[in-house]
Amino acid sequence: MQTPSELKYAPSHEWLSEDGTVGISDFAQDQLGDVVYVELPEVGRIVTAGETVAVVESVKTASDIYAPATGTITAVNDALSGGPELVNSSPYEDGWLFKIDVTEESAELLSAEEYAAANN
Amino acid sequence: MTLTPEPTLKRTPLHAAHLRAGARMVPFGGWEMPVQYSGVKAEHDAVRTGAGVFDVSHMGEFRITGPDAAAFLNRVTTNDVTKLKPGRAAYNWLPNDSGGLVDDIYVYRVAAEEFFLVVNASNIAKDWAHLQQHAAGFAVTLTDESDRWGLLAVQGPQAEAMLQPHSSVDLSAAKKNTYFPAKLFGFDVWLARTGYTGEDGFEVFTDASEAETIWDKMLAIGLTPAGLGARDTLRLEAGFPLYGHEFADHIHPLSSTYTWVVKNTAHLGAEHIQTAPKQKLIGLALDKVPVREGYPVSLDGAVVGHVTSGSSSPTLGHPIGMALVNADAGNADAYDVEVRGKLHPARRVELPFYKRS
Repeated sequence: MQTPSELKYAPSHEWLSEDGTVGISDFAQDQLGDVVYVELPEVGRIVTAGETVAVVESVKTASDIYAPATGTITAVNDALSGGPELVNSSPYEDGWLFKIDVTEESAELLSAEEYAAANN
Repeated sequence: MTLTPEPTLKRTPLHAAHLRAGARMVPFGGWEMPVQYSGVKAEHDAVRTGAGVFDVSHMGEFRITGPDAAAFLNRVTTNDVTKLKPGRAAYNWLPNDSGGLVDDIYVYRVAAEEFFLVVNASNIAKDWAHLQQHAAGFAVTLTDESDRWGLLAVQGPQAEAMLQPHSSVDLSAAKKNTYFPAKLFGFDVWLARTGYTGEDGFEVFTDASEAETIWDKMLAIGLTPAGLGARDTLRLEAGFPLYGHEFADHIHPLSSTYTWVVKNTAHLGAEHIQTAPKQKLIGLALDKVPVREGYPVSLDGAVVGHVTSGSSSPTLGHPIGMALVNADAGNADAYDVEVRGKLHPARRVELPFYKRS
């Protein structure tokens, strides 16, 4: 399981980068299995840390994605519309979900080390 | 996102083998079962194009013997077991007395006065109590053999070719729905040419203590281990109802297209089942958004039913679902399915979604 050290992680398996990009962890994509559909928020939406902002669907189930920070959605990954499997193949790069202009991060975010330890 | 923790669950004789094969284990009907090994899509494709093996040892097995065995079964099931010859199997229903189903089952006739039943894992205790309750007055003996048997479902177009070198019986001579003893990899088993994936294949009844060795030999000859995830997408594509979804205590079973399962008129609840159902089970296809159990289905702005099973179809490449809708709204070409508060168009398609060529 990869947990890049430059990212912060929510206990609910989302990652947040320095520039406000959000995705799901390698551990989460592996647990979900083949991703077949991703529903993304509208650009411009104001979100509060912890609220449901996206849905990642595997063959089997639909999983809610929670905002790891409070702020405004500034971009979504349109490539996921035609290629939802990017979430599996590249969870930290091509499979990113959306970007937030962060006003405040969730107080629950973990370091890569803490997140990896919690999911062993 | 939330990943579910696992409560205390029953395990099949293959539990250790699943872990060795890299399975992700999940709770299912009170059992800890493999949902996937390599991935749902890969396992699904293996069964559609090659052959895979499923552990279905969690399913229940009952034996019914005695002079009244056939009469008893024609009281508690809707099909006509008197038409079933020894060595043949048939899909069947256990109706309740109010027009729903206790379970859907498979009935194997072993001999004139001996039948073998395979029931859904989550319904073993309920079915057993129900059969016991209705056995009064019939000269029958019921035995719960659920713990005695391992059950491996080998499914896919290559199933026969892959098993044949290891079988004491000429499998090409075994017709669909036959049931016969054989030696497989040198072990005494019962084989049935049955399954629930929409593909050809065999269900292999093994002694529970030998199931793991036989499973290992199956993997060694190249059968792909397949989990509940693929089992569900395969049966959904094949349009097969699943108890707890398309069938339940309160769902009229003739809402489905499986009217042929009702063949006798003397069964429990006949007066209810032999009335027209108020709902119809339909097939829906969507472009992108997967539909899931419970999502409302509407027609011209009015909710007319709900999705009972839904998934992305690995074979067809788009989402599919079955839905129970009001009978008078069951013939439209297009519906809307509500997904997280938004309506998405769905086309009605004839079941099954997939039929093997």
